[in-house]
Amino acid sequence: MELLKLIFRNTLRQRLRSALTIFGMAVAILAFCLLQTVVNAWFAGVSAAAPDRLVTRNSVSLIFPLPLSYRQKILQVDGVKRVAFGNWFGGVYIDERHFFPRMAIGGNDYFDLAPEVILPPDQVKAFWRRRDACIAGRKLIEKYRWKIGDAITLTGNIYPGEWRFVLVGVYTGATKSIDETQFFFRWDYLDETVKKIMPSRGGKVGWYIVQVKDPVQSAEVSRAIDALFKNSWAETLTETEKAFQLGFVAMTDAIVVAVRVVSYVVIGVILIILANTMAMTSRERMPEYATLKTLGFGNRFLIVLIAGESVCIAMLGGITGMALAFPVAGVFSEHLGTLLPIFHIHWETLLASFSISLGIGLLAAALPAWRAVRVGIAEALSHAG
Amino acid sequence: MTRSDPVVGKPLVSVENIHKSYRRGSQSISVLRGIDLSVGRGDFIALMGPSGSGKTTLLNLIAGLDRPDQGSLIVAGTDITQLGELDLARWRAIHIGFIFQFYNLLPVLTGLENVELPLLLRNLSRRERREHAMTALELVGLADRVKHYPRELSGGQQQRVAIARAIVTDPTLVVADEPTGDLDKNSAMEVLELLEQLNREFNKTIIMVTHDPRAADKARLIHHLDKGTLESPGK
Repeated sequence: MELLKLIFRNTLRQRLRSALTIFGMAVAILAFCLLQTVVNAWFAGVSAAAPDRLVTRNSVSLIFPLPLSYRQKILQVDGVKRVAFGNWFGGVYIDERHFFPRMAIGGNDYFDLAPEVILPPDQVKAFWRRRDACIAGRKLIEKYRWKIGDAITLTGNIYPGEWRFVLVGVYTGATKSIDETQFFFRWDYLDETVKKIMPSRGGKVGWYIVQVKDPVQSAEVSRAIDALFKNSWAETLTETEKAFQLGFVAMTDAIVVAVRVVSYVVIGVILIILANTMAMTSRERMPEYATLKTLGFGNRFLIVLIAGESVCIAMLGGITGMALAFPVAGVFSEHLGTLLPIFHIHWETLLASFSISLGIGLLAAALPAWRAVRVGIAEALSHAG
Repeated sequence: MTRSDPVVGKPLVSVENIHKSYRRGSQSISVLRGIDLSVGRGDFIALMGPSGSGKTTLLNLIAGLDRPDQGSLIVAGTDITQLGELDLARWRAIHIGFIFQFYNLLPVLTGLENVELPLLLRNLSRRERREHAMTALELVGLADRVKHYPRELSGGQQQRVAIARAIVTDPTLVVADEPTGDLDKNSAMEVLELLEQLNREFNKTIIMVTHDPRAADKARLIHHLDKGTLESPGK
């Protein structure tokens, strides 16, 4: 208890120095939390991937379509439970700045494939009842203040023309890692117009989503599906949903790596700053450490005293940084909007921040503690006064 | 603290043929050359000499703050040259009360807390520590300053707190390195009278390094050191 009192009072002894170091630590941990959250947001699709879902796409590239006729064949493959499909629509809402994912989906059991997307049953029915129906995520509704029954118009670019929809449902995510900024409408509504204006593109889908009966059989089922269409004009590549999402992340891998590196560089910098602070502090207090040794206190007491102060500063800064991360992440999330729709602080990030703060506190004290232990009492006392 | 009768016979401190040198870069500087010294229980010894004569070095060796290169050092019945670092620290906690020239109080602790500090190494309750510390502070006449921090005390008061800290564990030996070196004349006299009282009334054995002739006057025996050798004692 007395040792804790001494540690705490020593921490507050040079208030300006301690305050600035704590502030620096808080900023570093805040930056770390935000940068890690950016990385996590990038991987949000990967985290949300279900183990029992596969994605089948054109083996050449995702931009090349697949025939709708593949669906029935895929359904026949052993181990397949359900098959739905979709097309990336793109398009513009109001102007280019108002980006959010817009997809045409088909297969009556599409929403059964994605239990993490929560849509009231009556809204599911309304969607399949009306050809021009659309469904949007909760965050999208809140952003644009849409209501059920509203007409929403998109200007097509991949599929030219003005596309009018009626909002019949709002979905929410079962967890915080589900994107609630997506916009879905019916594939057959898209296809009937495409067949009129661009007949060669009719009857084609961008991808199939395949639900398997047993995730353990995913590899086998993937191979079986791809084997069905080998040597056809549209060969397929079937992979787990996680691998499919990772493919998107891999396109911007360099950015993710850079962000990660920067987040750790920030930690390295604050470690150096705290180590410098502790080195200065312990140099000034050598006569005090010598006095404590004279009185009979051992090396362990000194080590705990120095490390305690260092950890105290580091944790005060770290906890402040973690606390600030929440409101700051909230502001970021608002401004990022649909660019990184899943933007919240994960508990793993907080745990990492806590551990890093503790680790920095201990590491920064290592050299000063070693010096304090090693210095001769007589030598240290000679610097007193 | 208890008053003990002066004991004759086996000395409390026995220094034999002590040598000590320090390295300054590539040079080895000899500070003590073959020192022999004997201090009996209840003695009040002053070590005097010019700067660089080795007074503080000898005091530090006797107090177990440093180790000789050669020779024997028996203090309070223990050959302290044979003790490891941990045992030496424990030995110091029991047997030595050290008074520094610049007081060396911990600035973040009050006067009372500074005096209590050595008692943290004893198996005492918080109440017992407080009682012992208050007793020591009363003895040095600072019972009304217990809650003051060192920055709120004068030099003389800080040194008296330091003396209280040195005696609170009732050590076998009190060593003082220039205890009046940083004090004005009046404060110095107060401190010296206090040391004299500790020796006279409580039979505390005191070894004091000093340049101050008034301090030397309080001692019963004066040893002069010059160029690392000890001259015959005088008074």
